[in-house]
Amino acid sequence: MQIQAVYPLVFAALLFCVGVYGVLSRRNAVLVLMSVELMLASVTVNLVAFGRLAAERTGEALLTGQSFALFVLAVGAAEVGVGLAIILLLYRNRASVNIDDADLMKY
Amino acid sequence: MTVIDIAMLAITVVGGASALLVVTARNVVHAALYLVVALLAVAATFLVLGAEFLAWVQVLVYVGAVVVLILFGLMLTRAPIGPMAQHNDMGKLLPLSVSGGLFALLVVLIFGSFGDATMTIDVTGAGALGDILYTFWAFPFMALGFFLTVALIGAVVIARREEGEGPDPHIDTVERERPTPVPTDASATPGVTSYPDEVAAGIATGEEE
Repeated sequence: MQIQAVYPLVFAALLFCVGVYGVLSRRNAVLVLMSVELMLASVTVNLVAFGRLAAERTGEALLTGQSFALFVLAVGAAEVGVGLAIILLLYRNRASVNIDDADLMKY
Repeated sequence: MTVIDIAMLAITVVGGASALLVVTARNVVHAALYLVVALLAVAATFLVLGAEFLAWVQVLVYVGAVVVLILFGLMLTRAPIGPMAQHNDMGKLLPLSVSGGLFALLVVLIFGSFGDATMTIDVTGAGALGDILYTFWAFPFMALGFFLTVALIGAVVIARREEGEGPDPHIDTVERERPTPVPTDASATPGVTSYPDEVAAGIATGEEE
């Protein structure tokens, strides 16, 4: 079965740009973390799609793209754990999860 | 247009719409639930691309574990469940123009480079992926396991309450155990109970809200 390569690539680009918008505009730190998750998911889609495309061009069943996508999935899960721990610490010390309040290291 | 193109188009519409709702929803819990739909759309994309194992890992790890973790994070930080002021100091226009411009650029590049490329879909099961993971990628795979352990321990250490840190700042005095009144000296006004310092501070911050 054949599929146009642009469909998954455009879907991934859409998810990534929506994630960029969320990271730049939301003020709740947990929502920023959710937007980062969207961006990571779009990257895994891209990896799988380009792995498939490379297999198409070289004629071999390359699974490198899927292996890398699996690594990104695991790193993303670890990132959520550590990120939420940091947000909880921020909340305990500043009584707020508004990212505009976390300006202690601003010059 | 084959049936697989239509499926991919539907996934793009549903996933894109729910991703947009994640970043625009006024209610944070609704945003987390829309995230479930967006991540399920990603899993469906994996299925369309024939990455069967990855699709179910996505469902298990992201939809199952990460979203629950995020909901716990919302609960523990006592995020306002109702509507809230949602934009930070940067406002709305700059993020919108940055992400819109990026999307336009990416779409132009994708259609320019891969506009006529097609891919053959054949399902690769868990067996083939496991073969390459445990042979060619064996060392990175084990390093990944070690990395997950380190991240887990690090998260626990970061989130632990240190000695000297205050209690949950937003905790209501009603929910807390009723404090025992400190025995007051004779000069104190009768009828006024004084609380220990930290509870008084808690009451003060509670009134600020």
